[in-house]
Amino acid sequence: MIYTKPIPKATPETQEFWEGLRRRELRIQYCNECLRYYFYPRPFCPFRGCRSQNVTWETVSGFAKLYSYVISHRGFGGFEDDIPYVIAVVELNEGPRMMTNIINVDPEPKNLIPDMPLEIVFDDITEEVTLPKFQPMSE
Amino acid sequence: MKKNRTRVAIVGASETSSVGHLPNYSMLQLHAEAAQLALADAGLTFDDVDGLATAGATPAQLTEYFNIMPHWIDGTSVGGGSFLMHVSHAVAAIQAGYCNVVLVTHGESGRSRIGINASSYSPSTIAGQFELPYGVWGPPSMFSIPIVRHMHEYGTTEEQLASVAVATRKWANLNPRAMMRDLISVDDVLNSRLIAWPLHLLNCCLVTDGGGALVLVSEEIAHEFTKDPIWVLGQGETTTHTNISMMEDMSKWAAAKQTGADAFSMAELTHDDIQHAMLYDAFTHVPIYALEGLGFVNPGEGGPYFAEGHTAPGGNFPINTNGGGLSYTHTGMYGMFAIQESVTQLRGEAEQRQVDDLEISMVHAPAGMFSGTATLILGNK
Repeated sequence: MIYTKPIPKATPETQEFWEGLRRRELRIQYCNECLRYYFYPRPFCPFRGCRSQNVTWETVSGFAKLYSYVISHRGFGGFEDDIPYVIAVVELNEGPRMMTNIINVDPEPKNLIPDMPLEIVFDDITEEVTLPKFQPMSE
Repeated sequence: MKKNRTRVAIVGASETSSVGHLPNYSMLQLHAEAAQLALADAGLTFDDVDGLATAGATPAQLTEYFNIMPHWIDGTSVGGGSFLMHVSHAVAAIQAGYCNVVLVTHGESGRSRIGINASSYSPSTIAGQFELPYGVWGPPSMFSIPIVRHMHEYGTTEEQLASVAVATRKWANLNPRAMMRDLISVDDVLNSRLIAWPLHLLNCCLVTDGGGALVLVSEEIAHEFTKDPIWVLGQGETTTHTNISMMEDMSKWAAAKQTGADAFSMAELTHDDIQHAMLYDAFTHVPIYALEGLGFVNPGEGGPYFAEGHTAPGGNFPINTNGGGLSYTHTGMYGMFAIQESVTQLRGEAEQRQVDDLEISMVHAPAGMFSGTATLILGNK
């Protein structure tokens, strides 16, 4: 089946993130000066007061909590058949936030409580690209 | 304004002759009609213009279409608040002596989409990599993402969000140019179809065609024009991010706090001095965040404030008196219309919806989707 949704294309500073997902690893960057993780990838620590270039890639837990979200009742560009679907921002247990979809849940507000625990699901959308999606933490 | 600098005033202001559904106008025509009407409002023509600022269209497109060669241009284009920033930049340009007569124009065929500039995204941009793959499809699916966090932190309710649309519609009911004038209830909003929960259709702004323009000059010549000058008393502007997932704290609008403080400081005014405000309402939650961010109420008090009717006709703090982006018009970059309404009110020309004894008004608008803001304080004294 042809994947018709937008497919991300890596850039030099994000390549490690996308390659990690292919290997079932969530790879983000860590600042060795201020000892904090950050996202999205860039070659320096973005925290105010730090800005160190002494940063390394680390594999993180894949656990997160729900920060905020909408339940989209309209879909375009390949998402037409997915409605309603959840577009969320999650906060990784290591601190940084990222946009994602919450999947494997009935998309109702009562099932999507802010701060609820989540775990990563590696979604292979093509032969080359895997998206990090999240689902409610299994019991 | 700093005492040793000349003051700058708006001496010409106009929207296009009509707003709403204008299938017989291209984007450039909307710019041109608004520009010519604003210049005529000041008794001027294109030949008097030596400074030009615009967004959406580029300054180059407009200098060509208008056939002018100004001494100063500004193409800051960061979303709906761009025109507030143009006013700020025009003040500085006039004070610096770069130009004398600045024209700021907006024209957008947001509904009919005639002669518009194409937009596209690259899959290797930050948005292309980290947001678009998850099915965001426009402002209703992105600008809305913070709302649940506000509800969670402060107990803001869907009913309170709806009350913003209800209060704003009451103003639109008094404005014959408004697209949507029939009064609505909280239930009407909650029963309108879901777009991106918690947003229903009536939580969302209109999509329309229209334009507006402003003419600014220094105080040395500000009294030589047809209408009394409307002074730019204070300004603030910033941007902070472009991708909604990078908003630092989704329960509050840090950019609004900063630009509001900057504007108050420059104007040497406080919250109690502001008698009227235009708080850009792309969606019902946006004026709530603005009211809190600007410091008119404490965090979490914005929803109840709207629900209690303070902002509606007869309330103690009239807000979005043209009917707002929710009910008056929203071309896509609505900020120009927010400024126009403040000028109309400060001139005492708002007819049925006129705020009594008005001297000082605030205009606030986002740069993109919570991506920054601009604040202006305008006055007629």
